[in-house]
Amino acid sequence: MFRKPKRKLYSLIFVLPTFAAFVIGFIYPFFSGVYLSFCKFRTTSNAKFIGFDNYIKAFQNEGFIRSFWFTALFVIVSVVLINLIAFFVAYALTLGIRGSNVFRTVFFMPNLIGGIILGYIWQLIFNGILKNYGTNLALNANYGFWGLVILMCWQQAGYMMIIYIAGFQSVPGDLYEAAKIDGANKHQLLRNVTIPMMMPSITICTFLTLTNSFKLFDQNLALTGGAPGVVSEGGTMVYQTQMMALNIYRTFYENANSRGVGQAEAVIFFIIVVVIALAQLAFTRKREVQQ
Amino acid sequence: MKRKIFKSIAAVGMACFIAVSCMAGCSTDGGTEKKGTVFYLNFKPEQDKAWQNLAKAYTEETGVNVKVTTAAEGTYEETLTAEMDKDNAPTLFQVNGPIGLANWDEDCMDLEGTDVYNELTSKDYALKNTDGVVKGIAYVIETYGIIYNRTILQKYCDSDFATVKKIEDINSFDKLKTVADEIQANAEALGVKGAFTSTGMDSSSDWRFKTHLANIPVYYEYKDENITSTKEIKGTYLDNYKNIFDLYITDSTTKPTDLANKTGTDSETEFIKGQAVFFQNGSWEYGVLTEAGMKDEDLGMLPIYIGVEGEENQGLCTGSENYWVVNANSSEEDQQATLDFMKWCVTSETGTKAMADEMNFVIPFKSAKEATNIFVKTDKEMTEAGKTPVSWNFTTMPSENWKDGVGVALTQYAAGTGKWEDVVKAFVDGWKTEYAKVS
Repeated sequence: MFRKPKRKLYSLIFVLPTFAAFVIGFIYPFFSGVYLSFCKFRTTSNAKFIGFDNYIKAFQNEGFIRSFWFTALFVIVSVVLINLIAFFVAYALTLGIRGSNVFRTVFFMPNLIGGIILGYIWQLIFNGILKNYGTNLALNANYGFWGLVILMCWQQAGYMMIIYIAGFQSVPGDLYEAAKIDGANKHQLLRNVTIPMMMPSITICTFLTLTNSFKLFDQNLALTGGAPGVVSEGGTMVYQTQMMALNIYRTFYENANSRGVGQAEAVIFFIIVVVIALAQLAFTRKREVQQ
Repeated sequence: MKRKIFKSIAAVGMACFIAVSCMAGCSTDGGTEKKGTVFYLNFKPEQDKAWQNLAKAYTEETGVNVKVTTAAEGTYEETLTAEMDKDNAPTLFQVNGPIGLANWDEDCMDLEGTDVYNELTSKDYALKNTDGVVKGIAYVIETYGIIYNRTILQKYCDSDFATVKKIEDINSFDKLKTVADEIQANAEALGVKGAFTSTGMDSSSDWRFKTHLANIPVYYEYKDENITSTKEIKGTYLDNYKNIFDLYITDSTTKPTDLANKTGTDSETEFIKGQAVFFQNGSWEYGVLTEAGMKDEDLGMLPIYIGVEGEENQGLCTGSENYWVVNANSSEEDQQATLDFMKWCVTSETGTKAMADEMNFVIPFKSAKEATNIFVKTDKEMTEAGKTPVSWNFTTMPSENWKDGVGVALTQYAAGTGKWEDVVKAFVDGWKTEYAKVS
């Protein structure tokens, strides 16, 4: 009779350390962050509540709006490209070509390098090429955009490839056999057997690439640093290749009055990421089939 | 077996953790009991080692604990923000002038009447807030201008093609331009790649132009209007700013289209290797240049002439953007310890010697040691010869964002992808917008 409550008590005790860590490392910073977005502050211990001012300023911040559209465009392009590349590389490497293990390792390796280093290395590469044409990453926003896309494809495709390979291998062979007996051709096999069976992998991969691309910071900072900038009507400069995370960071440290604005931007950013990611999860989940 | 190893590693790890946390606890308990401690958040990465040594020497002499932390280059504001939030916040940190002080005013204590304030050679080196309270004390005076390679410049003066025959004769923008143009045209004969080192627009170098060079037109405008700061700049001398910038990028070692990514080190290396004659920079470069083997007699500094009337009497740009401020929120003991440390730095033999020789600083305090820095000497000589030093007005520039705006516009202009009108827009309109944001 006493066993059940005791068990519950134990489980609570065991969960406590992790729970404490979660509260200290996530719950508390999160809520204090949300609170700070309604404050004027310079150091977090000395904050004054001012209501929605910061949010109004955030939406008036040209750089922030611009960075949103830039990020959105980047996310669309990179999610599509990364997943297509990863999917087809994974497909090729499960065909049983010789040396596919070596290729898997090679494709995966870029993932192990830090974003800042990658950013600088690719900056050298791109600028080395562009130099021949008398131009530079810091001079044209298109170069910065495609540079970021190439960099991210190069880095992320290998990781997604590993997930897709696992997906390919988990498709039972008898399904293919059955489909072939029914007269399905290669194209039909892919569309009606492989892809539906791989929906879980596709869910994970799109989810990962979507959120990764949205929250991109290191690579952006190192590759272009937001450059080039354009001087807008009011005389303020707006960075052309600045993604949201970098813009928030910059806004936060811009001046003593802008900390709260940066914080408000961060909260808006969080909401956008959550909404998009949940929507995407719900969308792809619907297409998953039970094995 | 595996599990056993893991267990023992975990056990040892825990033991270490407990031991360390205990020791850390013990040491702080012992240290802060009576004497205050000093925590200095240093701004200049190149002087980190010298400060660490000086702190150690002070601790040995007085037993007062001094901790010096240096922010990585270009991240002072970030580091300061993070540190100020902690329980053990810096007791001594720095602001870069009126605009910087406005950010941290509430956290800075009144320094009027303190020993270190009384040691100042001129009260002009104290920084007052908008209410006129002394909050900051300049601890280093620096000078910048156009550093030149005396040997090569002399070689030019001695050549047949030279219009200007004496280095001393270069006293206006027109003469400077003539010299630079002729050096550029005869680069091969002189064994150089260009007159000026690369006007690098990378973030490690662009401050030389978006901040330091931009100071000159601001200085003349302030002088005309008889003001020391403004919410709206007119840009009266922006054409002159364009002229000097054009000269920099035309008579250069590097094609204008390649400037966007050139770094400060690139420019420095070109100068050290003797590939260029002129190099816009300041007295803080002295250490690097002499360590690389350049001799005092190879070096000289010219004022930055931009073609303003009466500029033959213009001196070098001299001022400070390094002001010490003491944390108003620290405990009284810590504040006292900090003030004592500051006083010791600028009065004691060890302190003044370290600041003069190791850090190459010219400090505006009564017991300062004579600096060995050639550029500082040049500045002194010029002032004695009746030239008027150009003050540092870039500390009144509205924000970092403003500087970045001007920098970006200059980069695009240099590369030919942008127009000069954008520089003007960033300079004039940006000033107003950015000023409104901070006030």
